[in-house]
This record gives sequence, structure tokens and C-alpha cells, in this order.
Amino acid sequence: MKTFDYVRADSLEEAADAFAARPGARYLGGGTNLVDLMKLGVERPAALVDISRLPLDTVEELPDGSLRIGATVRNSDLAAHRAVRDRWPALSQAVLAGASGQLRNAATTGGNLLQRTRCPYFQDVAKPCNKREPGSGCGARDGVHRDHAVLGHSAHCVATHPSDMAVALAALDARVELYGADGARSLPAAEFHRLPGDRPEVDTEIRPGEIITGVVLPAATAGVPSAYRKARDRASYAFALASVAVAVGVDDGVVTSARIAFGALAHRPWRARRAEEVLLGAAPTEAAFEHAVDLELSAAEPLRDNAYKVPLARGLALDVLARLTAAART
Amino acid sequence: MASVPTAVGAPAERREGREKVTGTARYAAEQPQPGRLHARPVPATIARGRVTGIDTAAALEMPGVLTVLTPENAPRLAEPDDPTLALLQDSRVPHHGWFVALVVAETLEAARAGAAAVRVRYAAEDHDVTLTASHPQAYVPEEANGGYPARSERGEPDAAFGSAAVRVDAEYRVPPLHNHPMEPHATTAHWDGERLTVHNSSQGSTAVRATLAQMFALPEERITVVAEHVGGGFGSKGTPRPDVVLAAMAARHTGRPVTVALPRRFLPTVVGHRAPTLQRVRLGADADGRLTSLIHEVTTRTSRLKEFVEQAAVPARIMYASPHSRTLHRVVPLDVPSPSWMRAPGEAPGMYALESAMDELAGELGMDPVELRILNEPDTEPDSGRPFSSRHVVECLREGARRFEWLSRDPRPRSRREGPLLVGSGVASATYPVQVWPSTAEARALPDGGFLVRINATDIGTGARTVLAQIAADVLAVPLDRVRIQVGSSDLPPAPLAGGSSGTASWGWSVHEASSQLAARLAEHSGPLPEDGLAARADTTGKADADSPWSRHAFGAHFAEVGVDTVTGEVRVRRLLGVYAAGRILNARTARSQFVGGMTMGLGMALTEGSTTDEAFGDFAESDLASYHVPAHADVRDVQAHWIDEDDPHLNPMGSKGIGEIGIVGTAAAIGNAVHHAIGVRLRELPLTPDRVLAALADRGGKGR
Repeated sequence: MKTFDYVRADSLEEAADAFAARPGARYLGGGTNLVDLMKLGVERPAALVDISRLPLDTVEELPDGSLRIGATVRNSDLAAHRAVRDRWPALSQAVLAGASGQLRNAATTGGNLLQRTRCPYFQDVAKPCNKREPGSGCGARDGVHRDHAVLGHSAHCVATHPSDMAVALAALDARVELYGADGARSLPAAEFHRLPGDRPEVDTEIRPGEIITGVVLPAATAGVPSAYRKARDRASYAFALASVAVAVGVDDGVVTSARIAFGALAHRPWRARRAEEVLLGAAPTEAAFEHAVDLELSAAEPLRDNAYKVPLARGLALDVLARLTAAART
Repeated sequence: MASVPTAVGAPAERREGREKVTGTARYAAEQPQPGRLHARPVPATIARGRVTGIDTAAALEMPGVLTVLTPENAPRLAEPDDPTLALLQDSRVPHHGWFVALVVAETLEAARAGAAAVRVRYAAEDHDVTLTASHPQAYVPEEANGGYPARSERGEPDAAFGSAAVRVDAEYRVPPLHNHPMEPHATTAHWDGERLTVHNSSQGSTAVRATLAQMFALPEERITVVAEHVGGGFGSKGTPRPDVVLAAMAARHTGRPVTVALPRRFLPTVVGHRAPTLQRVRLGADADGRLTSLIHEVTTRTSRLKEFVEQAAVPARIMYASPHSRTLHRVVPLDVPSPSWMRAPGEAPGMYALESAMDELAGELGMDPVELRILNEPDTEPDSGRPFSSRHVVECLREGARRFEWLSRDPRPRSRREGPLLVGSGVASATYPVQVWPSTAEARALPDGGFLVRINATDIGTGARTVLAQIAADVLAVPLDRVRIQVGSSDLPPAPLAGGSSGTASWGWSVHEASSQLAARLAEHSGPLPEDGLAARADTTGKADADSPWSRHAFGAHFAEVGVDTVTGEVRVRRLLGVYAAGRILNARTARSQFVGGMTMGLGMALTEGSTTDEAFGDFAESDLASYHVPAHADVRDVQAHWIDEDDPHLNPMGSKGIGEIGIVGTAAAIGNAVHHAIGVRLRELPLTPDRVLAALADRGGKGR
């Protein structure tokens, strides 16, 4: 039997030390994905450093108007938090669009960001997957890939990132706060996840041993009208076929801020910078939205069986943009 | 006596409900016994070929691993009737997921780790897992599943179709579907000398005992198969599955009790699935809508191990009057897992196609689809010419239309818009044959005034215990709570399986007869009862299986209302309403649960469920309940089941027809027809997922709105 050590850390320092002392260790949060992967043999950690009881389970309103969400705040609590619902509604909506009630009660903020792709080839150790076993090939590229990437994929990997929450964080200009051997640092949520390139085994920019301590929603996006919309195969407990998070500000008939991120289209939440750029300063018209979204999605390179994702994502983005700007356009 | 209320028909609660909801009901894997071991199979990772070597050294070195069974050391078994049970007997790999070894260990965890450490070498051969209607190996078998002739023809269907005033010629596709009962297949087996006892999650343990007796060369008296609680089966537990054979082998080999609990991920390839069907339906009608020709041709697939032919064209022999007709099944053997029974085999996929085509015909004719169906109602069963023992599909359609307020709809497709939603409604009929098999039962009057009914029926979650007790209580004219019942063990009087919607009819008949005989004996008896009571035993052989001159079927009608999101292509069922004519309903509570459950499964078939054959690997891409999308609660909103009481003297002493399957039969077509009504585009391949619906909407948009 594959045995592993289990250590429960009471402080960040203790967690980092425990991790460093045990080669092959993994941090354990809610365990909703890691434990599944261990059962599948995809993850075979030598040790689990349980960080779910670190004192990172609070949501704090900071003096500058930003909001810090601790890494161990449960998804359900995050979605229900008053400030999140009032000022960054896209995040609350995204979290509630994911998983099931039971899973959201267990899953943590940090763990949600670090969950792995649900690509069936990744989950089956008897099949090739460059993400799981670099150099073994990609079963999905010419295989079953209806749910896979249309943007930013590589010859090595066509997986998507499954998180709904991460898409909203990317759109809302959140930052991911990290703690590691070199101290604390932070990264924009939109740059936290990577594109696969020739190293699909690396999902994120996190360094070995680093711990996500929290996520900060900036004051700049507080109160900006925002929403998340997801299309899926069933009404609950299904990963996105495509999704979009949008935060858009309009003042005096002009788009003053535009933040758009797509989910389920790529190996990471896809921040639509080109679309945002052309929208800034434009009038919030249907034509402008169509132009911007089409420009962004023109980069798409669908696989044999997932071309539907492009018009689906387009429709979602146009719908949410229109909805969020309806008041300003009348 | 007159004061005893009638038990049959009453909404009696499930007798084992409290045990189940409090977690005290024990299932097959939950049988802790001293020294019990756990075993984990090793599935093949190729689709076709041979095993050339199995390296078990690493597994055997692991702490807790006792042994690894392979074709080299596994007990030899007699060749089973069902080739999917010939496990670890040779090196052949007939499909991906076929079990090639079994790791037996002290704990489940050790067994799992051991299985991961077994190294299997293969000589792989090219495989073919792709079903096409023009496949060169397609052939017309003798029979389809259920013993129906694969081909049936009346008149000159091609000529009649060619000269018909109005024609529909359409092809429909249903993907592989999986039963996925809540409780995965599991067995705990132990040997006591030459006596074998297994706890097995099965729909019928009498047949499991017979299979084990044959394979292990044991007299049946030395085998007990217990299936006390079963967490669903939907057909996938209707025959013995690999778990029971492997557990018995491992227990014999080690001399200790062994549990084999198949993980969810193994189920898709080893416990059957509904085979995919490619169906072509041609309907010819005169200008008034009367069918002149009905041609339903099905191409399906089976495995290399055995011929299983989904009988999807059979319901077309029952449903509509048409002077000319051909129904035909073709099958292609491929290097795929063996298909098997899944709730309403034949009827569910076949009626999806036929009832979709009828909706298309109604559209061509400009007729109301309810009226078109009523117009084509046959006087006798079209293919056999036999009279119906009872047939109230027209009444179901009328009653459903009334309750659903069908007539208030604007029949024009794409005529109802609510913001971004297009709303539509659809109808389809349903049919399911009456099946009944011989059964035995014993009824005993006890000196304490109670009664005990013993029968090896299986309660797979349907409420069988409860309804059989109701039947006995009524015959004995005693309150329901005086009747105890024992089911779920092959030591009880033998009975057939819970399948083909036949359980209550088959078991109930023998319970009815045993109870009647007991009542007669009690009437003659005077004085106190002997210590072990007074018993009567019935065997319905010769009665239940007697040829009937009647065509016997349950019927129903389904109505669905859907909202289609034009932005995402997502379809949500807002209302689903079924009306059934299924003889006498014996328990209103559990019957409603069966109907609603079937309709919910049909909703999944219509919108969310489907397995994808991986052409490179030969297995299914969906192997857990996160990826195989059964409907979630949020998908199931307003589901109503109603019924029309039928008084049919040609069935069984209770006057009942089976109700376990008919709920699924017309549901997918009703939902598909509603989607067509909503969006004005016909989709002919299930499930109706957002990608397909969105493409249809775009297609429609391209043609101008």
C-alpha cells in the first residue's frame, strides 16, 4: 500500500518547514480534488501537510477598500459573504456556479485555484498525458476533446482549467498572495495560471513549497457592475462548457473600464485583453461589443470536436456585456 | 373481516425505509466477517489482443497483499453460458477494461495499491470500435433481445412508402448509455467447506445461484445467495456480473471471506450498457394522416463476446395501425464492452425514434400530434393480429392533454418566446410489454396471529417487500401489519429476477396463490395452530408462463415543456407529465416513485446522458458521475405522474401490469419534440446538449428567422 505522512500545521512557518522537510509532500486543503486524484493514482504524495486549519479562514475588509479572502475560507462562505455579493458579485456568482453544495462546503479558496484539470486522459493513469506524465503524449488532442481548449493550447496539452472562481478572480483584477521560503509575494490572479506550452505539467506560477495565503479583491473593481455566466450540460454539478466573467463601467455614454475573462476555453482563465482594449473609451453598443469579442475570439484554434465553444463563449460575453450596460445605454 | 381495509392500492410506506435512511440497511459490500479480505480487479488497457505476461512480483511484495489471481493460478471454472463471466480463464482480451488479474489483500487500500503495481504485457491487435450503418460486418441476427424476431414484415412497405402522399424519412441516433445504479456492483463471498455463501448486489439471486452452481460445479443446495438490500440496478444487475464470480474464486483460493466491490470507474466496461443505435424510420401516410407504411430499421452493436441486440424496432410492431410495415435489426460485432439490459431495453431508444418521427409526420400533415396518434390507433396488435387485453393509450393521451393544457399551445414551431428563451411543448406515447414468469412462494399462518410470506423476490429499491405484503394481506383479509415478509435470499422459495417490469406480477401471482391456499386451509382448520403454524406453498409454473391469446402491454403518454436558452443552447425541462394505463396500481406511493424515476431517467436520456466511445482506446470517456451526467436535482423540476385505472382480467390475479420501465419510454421523444416546437429545428441525435442545440439555432438563424 502507498503510505504517506500526515502533518497538520498550525502556522504558515510550520507548514512551510514541514513541506520542505518532506520531499514529495503536498499541501492539503479541503481535499475535494487532491484526495480524488490520490485514489486514482494520479497524485502519489509522500506526505500531506494539512493547512486547512491555518488561521486563514477569514474575509477582511482592508482600509483601502479592498477585500482579503483567506486561503482556507470555504467556497460556500466566500459566495455568501455580504461584501463579495454586494461589490464583486461576479465572484459570488462564479463560486455558486461551481461544483455542488457539499463540495463548496468543503473546498477552500486556495484549493479551488490549485485544482487540476478534469481531462479524462489526465485522470486515467493507463493513458498518455503530458500533464500527468511529461513526454507520454496527449490522448485528448485527437481523442475525446469536446470539453477541451480552443485558445492557447499547445501540441503538448489541450486541457482546460476547471475553476469557475478563478475566472471571476481573473476578471476582477484580484491578486493571489503567496508565502514561501523567500517570504511573501503576490501575483495577479490573471497571471497565476499558465498556458501549457511545452511544460503542461506546470499549471501555475506557484513555486515549490509556496502556500497561497489569500486572495485580494482590489478597491478598483469594488462596485463596478460585474457578473458571471456559465453554460453547462446540466443545471448543477457540471463543469463549464464555456463561461465568462465581466466587470464593466460606463460613464457618460463611454466605457470607462472593461474587464473580461473566459472560462473553460484555455489552460487558464482567459483574460480578454484585446477586447478590453478596444472597448475602453468606446460607446457601449452592441456593435462595439461584437467587434471586441470577435477580435478576442479570432485567436481561437478549435479542435475537431469543440468548435462550438467559440460561438458559445461569444454569446455568453455579449449577453453579459449587454446586461451589465443596459441601464447606461437607455 | 369486512372491517379490514383493502391494502392493495393503498400508499403503504416502504417497509425497509427506516433502515435505509438511518444507514442500518446492510448492502453486499457491508458484510464484515472475521478474516475478510478485499480484492481488486486489474482491467485490461488494450481493446483487443492477448495478455503475454503478468508480473505480480511488485504487488506480492506489498504489505497486506496475499495473492494475485491470473489465468495461470485462478481456479478453473466450467464454461458459463454468459461469456462475460469466463474470468481469468485464458489470456484473451476481448475489450478494454476486461479483467486480467485480481489482487487479493487484507484491506481495500492494499488491494488497490497492489492492483496498481501489477504489470501486464500485451500483444495488442488492431481494434474496431466504430459503429456505422454501412459497416461491412453488419448482419441481421435471428433474434433481437427478448427473443423477438429480428425482422418482421407485413405487406409491401417499400412500395407503400414510395407511393404515400406524405412521407417522413429520418435517421435518429442514441449514444451508449450507462445504468450507473447508486450502489456499484459488489459481492462478499465465503466458503464453509464445500458450501458457498455470497452477499451479492443483484436483481435476482435465484439465477445467480444457478450460475455459480454451474460454474463452480456445486449442487445448488450448497449455495446461498443473499441480496437483501440492493441500491438500484436498472438492468445492470439482472444477470450475474464479474464481482460475484471473482469473489467466489478468491474466497475459494484463499479460504477466507472476500469482498469484491467494483469501483465506479470500472462499471462502464464490465456491467453492461445500452448499446448505441442508429435508427432509420420511414413513415408514409395518406393526406388525412392515416399511416400506409411504417419502416423502422435499427443498426446497433455488440461485443465480440456475445450477441446482444437492442430490440429498438420492436415497439413499432405494437404502436400503430399500418397495412404495410417492416421492422428490422442489424448488429455489428465490435471490440467493445458487452452491451446489456438497461431500463426499457428496446422501447426506450426505439420509441425515441418512432415517436420523434410521428411528431415529424404531424408537422408535415399540419396535424395535432395527439390527434395523429389517436387516428392511427390499431384495433388489434398490428404485427400479430392478437387482440389487446387492454389498451388505453388514447385515454392516456386525452387525460394528459387535459391536465397539461395541451390545447392552449400555439402549434407553430418557434412561436413562444420569453426574453432569451424559446419555449415549446411536446408529446409522445409509451408502451411496455407485460412480462410474467413462474415463481414460487410460501405463506404461513403463525400461532401468534401473524403471517409470514417467504419468497426470493428482490427489492432493488422499488418497494417489492411492501407491495407483496399488501397482496398477501388482502388475500388473507388481515391488516397489513400482521403480514411479515422475507425476500432477498436464495434459501427462500425460488423466484425470478426483478427485471422486465415483471417482478410484482410474477412474485405477486405466487404470493397471491400461496395466500389463497393458506386462507382455504385456515378455513378448514379448527383449534389452535400447530407450533410452526400452517403453511401453503404455490408454484405458478404452467400458469404464469402459459401462452396468452392476448396482446398484453402497458401504455402511456408523456407531455413535456422546455425552455431553450438561445444564448447558450441549454435546454431545461419546465414540466414533465406522464399518464399511464398499467392495469391495477398496487401501491400508489411506490408506483408514483417508479413512474417519476423512469421519467427522470428519460430526462437524462434526452438532455444530459451519453457515453463516448474512445476510438483510440476502445473504452468510454465518461467513467464517473462527474462526467456521466445523470440529471441533478436542479434539472428535475415539475414532474407529475398520473394513471388511469384499468380492469384487465387477462393478466394475473392482481390485475397489474409492470410499471418499472414505462416511465422512461416516451420521455426522451416528448422532450425532443418539445425542443423542436421551441426552436423550429429538428435534432435527431441524443443527448440534446448545448453544443448541438446551439448549432441548430445557428443553422436556423442562417436560414433567416
